[in-house]
Amino acid sequence: MSHELTWLLVAIPAVSAAILLIGGKATNGWGHLLGTAASLASFVCGVLLFFQMQGKSGEERSETVRLFEWFSVGSIKVDVTLLVDQLSILFVLLITGVGSLIHIYSIGYMSHDPRRRRFFGYLNLFIASMLLLVLAADYLLVFVGWEGVGLASYLLIGFWQHKHSAATAAKKAFVVNRVGDIGLSLAVMSMWALFGSSAFASVNAGAQGMSKTWATLLGLMLLLAACGKSAQVPLQSWLLDAMEGPTPVSALIHAATMVTAGVYLVVRSHAIYAVTESASTAVVIVGTVTALAGAIIGCAKDDIKKALAGSTMSQIGYMMLAAGLGPVGYVFAIFHLLTHGFFKANMFLGAGSVMHGMNDDVNMRHYGGLAKYMKVTFVTFAFGYLAILGIPPFAGFFSKDKIIEAAFADNIVIGLCALLGAGITAFYMTRVMLMTFFGEKRWEKDVHPHESPAVMTVPLMILAALSLGGGALYFAGHWIVDWLEPVVGHEEDHAPVSALVMTLITLAVVAVGIVIAVLLYRRDIPREAPVRVSPVTTFARRDLFGDALNEAVLMRPGQYLTRTLVWLDNRGVDGLVNGLAALFGGLSGRLRRFQTGFVRSYALSMVFGAAFVVVALLAVRLS
Amino acid sequence: MSAVLMPLVAQALPLADFVKPKIEYNELAPLLVVFGAACVGVVAEAFLPRAYRHLVQVALAIVALLAAGVLTGILMHDKKSLVAAQGAISVDGPALFTWIILLALTLISVLLFAERSIDGGLSAFAGQAAAVPGSEAEREGTAAKVEHSEIFPLTLFAVGGMMLFASANDLLVLFVALEVFSLPLYLLCGLARRRRLISQEAAMKYFLLGAFASAFLLYGIALLYGYAGTMSLPGIADALATKTGGDAILLAGTGLIGVGLLFKVGAVPFHSWTPDVYQGAPTPITGFMAACTKIAAFIGLMRVFYVALGGTRWDWAPMMWVVAILTMVVGSIVAITQTDVKRMLAYSSIAHAGFLLTAFVGLAQSGSGVTSGITSTQAVLFYLVCYGFPTIGAFALVTLVRDAGGEATHLSRWAGLGKKSPLLAGIFAFFLLGFAGIPLTAGFTGKWAVFTAAWTGGAWPLVVVAVLCSLVAAFFYVRVIVLMFFSDLPADSPDVALPGWQTTTAVALGLAATVVLGLVPGPVLDLASRAGEFIR
Repeated sequence: MSHELTWLLVAIPAVSAAILLIGGKATNGWGHLLGTAASLASFVCGVLLFFQMQGKSGEERSETVRLFEWFSVGSIKVDVTLLVDQLSILFVLLITGVGSLIHIYSIGYMSHDPRRRRFFGYLNLFIASMLLLVLAADYLLVFVGWEGVGLASYLLIGFWQHKHSAATAAKKAFVVNRVGDIGLSLAVMSMWALFGSSAFASVNAGAQGMSKTWATLLGLMLLLAACGKSAQVPLQSWLLDAMEGPTPVSALIHAATMVTAGVYLVVRSHAIYAVTESASTAVVIVGTVTALAGAIIGCAKDDIKKALAGSTMSQIGYMMLAAGLGPVGYVFAIFHLLTHGFFKANMFLGAGSVMHGMNDDVNMRHYGGLAKYMKVTFVTFAFGYLAILGIPPFAGFFSKDKIIEAAFADNIVIGLCALLGAGITAFYMTRVMLMTFFGEKRWEKDVHPHESPAVMTVPLMILAALSLGGGALYFAGHWIVDWLEPVVGHEEDHAPVSALVMTLITLAVVAVGIVIAVLLYRRDIPREAPVRVSPVTTFARRDLFGDALNEAVLMRPGQYLTRTLVWLDNRGVDGLVNGLAALFGGLSGRLRRFQTGFVRSYALSMVFGAAFVVVALLAVRLS
Repeated sequence: MSAVLMPLVAQALPLADFVKPKIEYNELAPLLVVFGAACVGVVAEAFLPRAYRHLVQVALAIVALLAAGVLTGILMHDKKSLVAAQGAISVDGPALFTWIILLALTLISVLLFAERSIDGGLSAFAGQAAAVPGSEAEREGTAAKVEHSEIFPLTLFAVGGMMLFASANDLLVLFVALEVFSLPLYLLCGLARRRRLISQEAAMKYFLLGAFASAFLLYGIALLYGYAGTMSLPGIADALATKTGGDAILLAGTGLIGVGLLFKVGAVPFHSWTPDVYQGAPTPITGFMAACTKIAAFIGLMRVFYVALGGTRWDWAPMMWVVAILTMVVGSIVAITQTDVKRMLAYSSIAHAGFLLTAFVGLAQSGSGVTSGITSTQAVLFYLVCYGFPTIGAFALVTLVRDAGGEATHLSRWAGLGKKSPLLAGIFAFFLLGFAGIPLTAGFTGKWAVFTAAWTGGAWPLVVVAVLCSLVAAFFYVRVIVLMFFSDLPADSPDVALPGWQTTTAVALGLAATVVLGLVPGPVLDLASRAGEFIR
């Protein structure tokens, strides 16, 4: 029974995606319904599996389902095997649950879009790939899902391809993600070389006996992969641009699920990180830096989605930080990932609802006083707001508080950074709240804010309820700790001060953040962003010079090396992409000159080549 | 006087007496069928009325290829592995596997050659190759719809030569086979109906540089003969094991043979002909060359270096490392600035040659104890399957995008093609994703196979370079996809011709191979692994 449920889980959305994408216009009329039904069916499978697991004891809950042999050559054998255990089932429920809500919401949000059917096809493709990613029992299969979600993300970011910025953002996301993918593919290769297999079981078994150097290398390769997918520093630049995609996509892929795949990868590889302290420390540092960087970026954005994107970066930074702490933090990394999935999806969909009523304007300077006009959106958004701040009894309180506590137990500097991050979070989220829902109205006359239809508000209400009640996973008898312990292990941290004191300090810092924001944004907000601002604001507005850094590190030397600047893509891909493009494009332009078209020069190059070959052979022998 | 001489002559005569060579007709049947059909084709060309020639030649070629394929399949089923024709030809697992791929790919190519519905009832080949381009004679020929049906026998000769090349167990046979498959290709390159001057230029270049490379190869063969006293590959291996001294001749010979073979593979720095020839040749021929020549050349290269020169592996491996790195880097980087889709695919094929070289250099062999998994030979065979079918499919799609001047191969003309023909652009995008090595396509499993072989063979730095190069390569593949789907359609955009069943079949087979080998590579990998190793 569980065998069928497991493969159906992935197969249903995959088949639905195929029907929607291959079926073409014939499916236009009912495509969105099929897509939503597929996602819901997957969710039902997930819930059934979950309840089946409930009936078993801790050790027996994890079950591997071997579907078929992918290929085998000699002793190398790769099976398509799915692993349903306590960790993956939580992801399954998050992906299909939040995914279904977002499917339903999209029926309303995309109702005027002529390509809605295709949109749902891509969403189903994403759900199937993401489920494959978290259910795979082999790193090679994880990689397949990993690329699948990357492809779906690429297609969805660029969904409104008539917008030049969307196409550019899609391409940027694709290329930056490929940089991260190098890490994963090298890691898989190394696993094959080290353990003769990339199945979780063999890797976990082999990790205990492996050398520290290799463990560190593997850990760093996996971290590189995680950085690419989860938009962690230094591969963060694509996420802010990715907000060009439709808002439900931002909520599902770029907030709740796909971007957390990096955290999943690190937690899943706990056996490797257990051997290497250096790599674990690297994870902690990356997480901490991103937590702060994302928060700072979030403070300066006037685009509501970009402010939320900065916040996503920052919150995933918290998860990474927790994951890097080892068994002390794994459970809380996953716990925060779940609660974040609820409240961030909630806020993104709320932002979408606001945009829906404001003629798709994203600039918060053009909002103001919307609380009166969109009551449901306002209240649900406020639930998400309170959750991300970590106000008890909202979900974020339980998850974030434990991470800060664990961080302090590990290292006082890391702890202080995490605490500071919580304060900044309070500041920028309050800023978003005030600029959007309070104060004077600042919109144009022809804008008529209105509440969204029920198909959009009902998912909002459900997510708001989860933002409020999600904490129950922990405070109801530490359920999530007991649930996950058989898979990832758990140790209690030893904080320098008691948990209660820690909580009070955190709440005090959060309160300070709120007060500063209220003092600053209580007054009138100009419709145009001020030009003369402090260097700190400029720094934050320009994404901490992330693109500028990419340019300086990759583009300028590229230009210098090549002198001839070959702009490959006149359509203006900025930052990293252009840097790399200029570097390789210039190099390419130079190398291309050897291709003169004259046979004589070709023949000459062959003579040189032949001379090189013979000389190299002789040199090797004589040396 | 004569009394003194007589015994001498009597002694000498038995040596000069002709011994009937032992020919294993059964095992060589596929070769004989292909060559025989080619000869019949030439005769038919001379005697048949013009009206029947096209039909008869196409039918003959298809029947011959199918028959040879069936015969090869029987040999594979019987697991034949022997050295035939007095030590001249090895009919072993890798050779049979190569024959099958070559025959299948040639069959698809022949279908493309026979396509006449794309260009208003005319094939892609010049009606009268001898007529001066732009002349009255040419116009008259076109109006009368004359065409050269000799291309089919020529193709059969080429594929026969390729099959022989991949199974040559003797350097002299290797050289003869090289010429047998090269000469028809030189001719075929110059036969484009449109843009005849650039096509003729390509043929000329290919011929000159090919002759140049042949000279290197021949000189290398002479030097190796000087060292070992034999032309046979196992004989050279034996000489390596027993003989001392004469290393300079051996190494120089190895290098020069390497040059000749790497030229055919299209490895840097012997690649310069590739883009020009691929661009100029009629597109179906380009697809045929890109797939089949590469396969034959690669297997020939591996056979010579593994069987004959395996003993000096430590001498030639460093040089091959450098060539492999250069090939991957130059192929991937120069592809970025290409503005012509055929040239871009040419550089892409150079990069693929580099990826293949990683497995070749990694030298994971089952006997060596280095690996328990996939061996280099098997990985290369598998990769060639994964690469061959989509390559022909991609070139087949190129023939469909046309404007008044013939095929519109400039990349700027492909902008917004996704809006005009989502099907064509979608399939082409899928091929490109496959070439880039995205999982669940043949490109991924193929790359996985060669990189694993290279890695287990100890060439991990090469694998790192290869992965980085695939990243760069992904960039230019995605660039074309972005161009097709995310750009506006210009007003004077080229038309997408409606393909006949021949082109449709070629594209569909390429597509099917990309999907099937990506999803369930098991059976073909298994087949490749059962091919085993080269026999000595």
